[in-house]
Amino acid sequence: MELTPEEQAILGGGRGEAARRALEYQIEVGRFWGARRFVPVTNVHMMGDIEVMGDAGLEYLKGEAGRGARCTVGTTTNARCMDFAHCERMGQDAGEAVKERELIATLRRMDVVTTDTCINYQTVYQPHLGEHVAWGDTGTVIYANSVFGARSNFEAGPAALAAALTGRTPEYGFHLDQHRKGSFTVELKAKLDDLADWGAVGKLVGEAHQNYYAVPVFHGYHRAPAADELKHLGAALASYGSMGMFHFVGVTPEAPSIEAALGGRVSSEKVLITDETIEKTLSSFSLGDGDARLVVFSGPQQSLFEMKHLADLFAGRKIKAGSTCIVTTNSAVLAQSRDFGYAKALEDAGVTILEGVCFYILQNLSPMRVANRWTNMVSNSAKIVNIIGAHRFNTILRRTSDCVDIACSGILK
Amino acid sequence: MNSIKVARAYGAVVEGEAVVSEEGFSPRYDLDRWTGVITKPGHKLEGTSIVDKICFFPTAKGGIAAGWAFYDIKWKKIAPKALIFGVTNPVMVQGAVFAGIPITEGWFPHPREVLKTGDWVRVDPERKLIEVLKRNGLRPTPRGNAG
Repeated sequence: MELTPEEQAILGGGRGEAARRALEYQIEVGRFWGARRFVPVTNVHMMGDIEVMGDAGLEYLKGEAGRGARCTVGTTTNARCMDFAHCERMGQDAGEAVKERELIATLRRMDVVTTDTCINYQTVYQPHLGEHVAWGDTGTVIYANSVFGARSNFEAGPAALAAALTGRTPEYGFHLDQHRKGSFTVELKAKLDDLADWGAVGKLVGEAHQNYYAVPVFHGYHRAPAADELKHLGAALASYGSMGMFHFVGVTPEAPSIEAALGGRVSSEKVLITDETIEKTLSSFSLGDGDARLVVFSGPQQSLFEMKHLADLFAGRKIKAGSTCIVTTNSAVLAQSRDFGYAKALEDAGVTILEGVCFYILQNLSPMRVANRWTNMVSNSAKIVNIIGAHRFNTILRRTSDCVDIACSGILK
Repeated sequence: MNSIKVARAYGAVVEGEAVVSEEGFSPRYDLDRWTGVITKPGHKLEGTSIVDKICFFPTAKGGIAAGWAFYDIKWKKIAPKALIFGVTNPVMVQGAVFAGIPITEGWFPHPREVLKTGDWVRVDPERKLIEVLKRNGLRPTPRGNAG
């Protein structure tokens, strides 16, 4: 890779040992992808908690902090694995909680702002068109690339941290124009009235095109989608398809027309989504043994408007005895939800609100599933329905109001 | 035919038993990160251990957390010896490089034309080459083996 004098100085140890090690690692990653150079980044969003990092990751982090690691650009954290106020009741390990606190303290020593959110794009930082950032999780990246027209690859924890320390990232993938062009078109001739419908679109399109560089171009939808709808679409595309970008004609900034979104390419395929395909997708989930004692609204965390909607749906109702309903969001949204009474409406119904976490990365989730004899997990999020499989849940995607009915009745339908 | 060319590669030369998957992979979605066994219900390799294996996967699945997961499973001594992808994504590469696990992307010809699960293979990232050393998972007998 071509290195600027500043990068050569970092490599020579001019900005400390931690930055030198970070840049060395970034060069290896850049070489793999054939990156010619680095691009400066203005913002970093990293995943780092004890569940994903393990003891090895914590030791690594402490080592780098000891070597003087400090963020050079604004750096935030993704959702983590524990809400300390609930971890004992959730059956999470006290020993892991101690490590999680140590991990958070270490990140703060490095100047990381521990926002603990996977919806930074809704609540913390909105990059502009063409702005280079280094973000993870995948849902944040696809939103940045698609809706803002910013530029990021999927940056895993170690890669995002390296970018924070050096202030740059290798130029490959979605930092380059050539990878941002649409590769196939998807006509949306469906109502898509619920967030689960948007997730189902992401599942249908993502599952059939599992490729980081496949960029679907959505068109033909009858109205302007809302941010939460694009959020569930993107999260599901990234989850099922490992995709990092989509275009939405007339909605996203690099897609004023189908032709502009394709950027001179010929669409490799024309996909059509109808109400029928959405219904078929929703009905394709196996009901397993019929037990429906766990309903989850998470993955991604709930926005303020999702909290309001859930509060409206749960108002005056009660979670079925023996059932559990979990909602996750970040501290900012929760604080406002308390102000506006949404949190009270949910808690009065018996909903557990977890702050700063995402359900699927909860520490101790597999033993938690066994201890609670949960077999099925019902959610309106296609993403979480997809990714929780390793914990051996049977998962069922349902529309938001159906999820609420299931939580209050204990009956799957 | 007993070799495969790959398009991109990182890491040291390694040898090991091949596990060939017809389905994509994520160390978070599909793997039990305490045993190294693929546990996602319905995964085509459900029940298969990837510990010390050279794993062939057609695709990578989502998942930023994979970046830490490889380092974690390497530290727990349940990591695969190498990850061979038809198509991968940056997270897999960032995670594998961070953990020092050899990783490659792009293959010709398709592994199913060259080898089967259980064959003993060598991955040479520098030469962008994967070679079958022995069929049926039998480790090549070292020369001069006194028995």
